[in-house]
Amino acid sequence: MRAVLFRLAGALPTLCGVVLVTFLLTRVLPGDTATYFAGPTASAESIAQIKASLGLDLPLYEQFWRYIIALVHGDLGMSLTTGQPVRMELLNRLPASAELTLCALFLAIGIAVPLGVLAAVRQGSWIDHLCRIVATAGVSLPVFFTGLLLIYVFYFLLGWLPAPLGRLDAFAMAPHAVTGFYLIDTLLGGDVETFRAAAAQIVLPAGTLALFALAPIARITRASMLAVLGSEFIRTARASGLSSGTVVLTYALRNALLPVVTVLGMVFSFLLGANVLVEKVFAWPGIGSYAVEALIASDYAPVQGFVLTMAVLYVLLNLGIDLLNRAIDPRARRGA
Amino acid sequence: MTDVLRVEDLSVAFHTRGGVVRALDRVGFAVEAGQTMALVGESGSGKSVTAYAIMGLLEAAGRITGGRAFLGDTDLVATPAAAMARIRGKRIAMIFQNPRAALNPIRGVGKQIADVLLRHGGATRSNAWDRAIDALRAVGIPDPSRRAKAYPFELSGGMCQRVMIAIAVAARPELLIADEPTTGLDVTTQAVVMDLIGEMARDTGMATILITHDLALAAERAGRIAVMHAGHMVEEADTASLLAGPRHPYTARLIAATPTAAGSLESLQSVPGGLPDLRSASIPHCRYAARCERSVPGCDAVLAMRPVADRHAVACWNPL
Ligand SMILES: Nc1ncnc2c1ncn2[C@@H]1O[C@H](COP(=O)(O)OP(=O)(O)OP(=O)(O)O)[C@@H](O)[C@H]1O
Ligand SMILES: [Mg+2]
Repeated sequence: MRAVLFRLAGALPTLCGVVLVTFLLTRVLPGDTATYFAGPTASAESIAQIKASLGLDLPLYEQFWRYIIALVHGDLGMSLTTGQPVRMELLNRLPASAELTLCALFLAIGIAVPLGVLAAVRQGSWIDHLCRIVATAGVSLPVFFTGLLLIYVFYFLLGWLPAPLGRLDAFAMAPHAVTGFYLIDTLLGGDVETFRAAAAQIVLPAGTLALFALAPIARITRASMLAVLGSEFIRTARASGLSSGTVVLTYALRNALLPVVTVLGMVFSFLLGANVLVEKVFAWPGIGSYAVEALIASDYAPVQGFVLTMAVLYVLLNLGIDLLNRAIDPRARRGA
Repeated sequence: MTDVLRVEDLSVAFHTRGGVVRALDRVGFAVEAGQTMALVGESGSGKSVTAYAIMGLLEAAGRITGGRAFLGDTDLVATPAAAMARIRGKRIAMIFQNPRAALNPIRGVGKQIADVLLRHGGATRSNAWDRAIDALRAVGIPDPSRRAKAYPFELSGGMCQRVMIAIAVAARPELLIADEPTTGLDVTTQAVVMDLIGEMARDTGMATILITHDLALAAERAGRIAVMHAGHMVEEADTASLLAGPRHPYTARLIAATPTAAGSLESLQSVPGGLPDLRSASIPHCRYAARCERSVPGCDAVLAMRPVADRHAVACWNPL
């Protein structure tokens, strides 16, 4: 517990840095908010008026000071495009992104870890070659391309899956929000039909993201398993006649998972980034697509809020990875 | 006396990128019940490969190309892998050098012993832990119920080797192969570990193969010694007669190269020359001939172990 608080405190300077950098970046980016909202026909006078009302005519340090004060009160500002508080919109959209990312991650782990393990245990077999192909394809195909390809095949050609238009089709009712995850909320509400609809919607975007995450996970699992299987304690386990299941799963895999967990942290942060594109392609109402739209409109507050959210998620993610490592490795537990 | 293990004409080859390495060629020896036999020879002579071949633990590149290894009535060479896994750890066990690396770093040592007891020792889920603690106590680990929860990195090298021994003897095997069990331990710990192995062997009637390149250690601990050179068995005899009257020139050189408490360091001679390249297609029948000061024209004939005295065999055309 103390280690957790310590880590969180250690992340504070990073978060302060993120606040400062995003503030400055949004100010130096091309595009002028006031001009954008005043419209193409606006006079210089009305633009100045809008500027004054948004506080954009103040000196930069004054703007930053106001931003910090608001931030301390949990106020992330207003979105100019939608007229809604950014905090509320981010919180409303976060579950959509989280559900998508987690689905993708679990899908990727569920495929890549067994694939990597089998490839290492049966080195040189067809499954090893499959693993290599997946690892190469995964890194060489860009996310938006696999996304569009999957839509083309499964929606347009085969018609197996619904149109890529968000979390549910227009006729379905969103489930009563408990966790904000449709797949869980529908089941909690006992609504199997909506669950099916939500699952059909999430398959393609989650699959697209998972394809992207598969490669590094499969590759590191295979390499790490191979290294562990060649180590001396595995020889001892075999010399003691332990069954091959115990040797591979209890002895080898648990040791091999240490580097895999570390890579998972990296993959997860890649996924957060790739999310932005995938949400755009699949009209997924998450925080990524929200941020992209705001960025195009030179709407600062949502972009700042988005980056800050990502930074917080990233800190929490690293903390989670750390805890997972401690759970697996006694040396990490006793060391600190 | 009955033999626990009888190895006959065991040959092993490794398929490598550089060619086929004929690491063992028609190796034969026997281990009597309850006896300690030492397998000696310089580095690379094939001692470990012999042990792995018997255990069925050769890495993928290595193949047994011929021979038999009888454990009682069971030919281990002909036993399929799944059946071998039930023999290993139960009837024949092995301990290694570098004990800390030989234990699972992220599993408590008590659990590692319990794993073996559950697999072979007839333990149940409810009593495996208590029996693992008993096993730790039996190898002289103080405060065993607390140490059972420790991880290898929390124990000294000597403690780890005790744990290894506890794992190896957990199911009371007929034969223990100890591959340089004291390499990397300090001198006092070495003696303690060797005493412990001897004690466990005496208590359970277990036979031991002690693999070492230290002839002095072999002389001290083993009743019988088999000498290997470049994948060949060259001499096998009871310890006393081997030391008193070695018949193979290589054995004589090894004895001369071994420091004794009485002898001065100047009299130490290392064995001249190096091992032949085991990859070449035309390895001479006597793999020692090129290094041998006694080689004669007849040395290039086909060579095999033959008895020269009671319980004393040698593979040499011009023995001492
Ligand atoms: N994986 C392998 N690939 C190719 N050759 C091998 C392999 N393992 C062993 N060998 C060959 O077998 C020979 C004997 O090796 P082994 O490990 O049995 O020696 P050793 O007598 O145990 O020596 P040491 O005292 O150093 O442990 C080596 O010289 C090498 O030529
Ligand atoms: Mg060796």
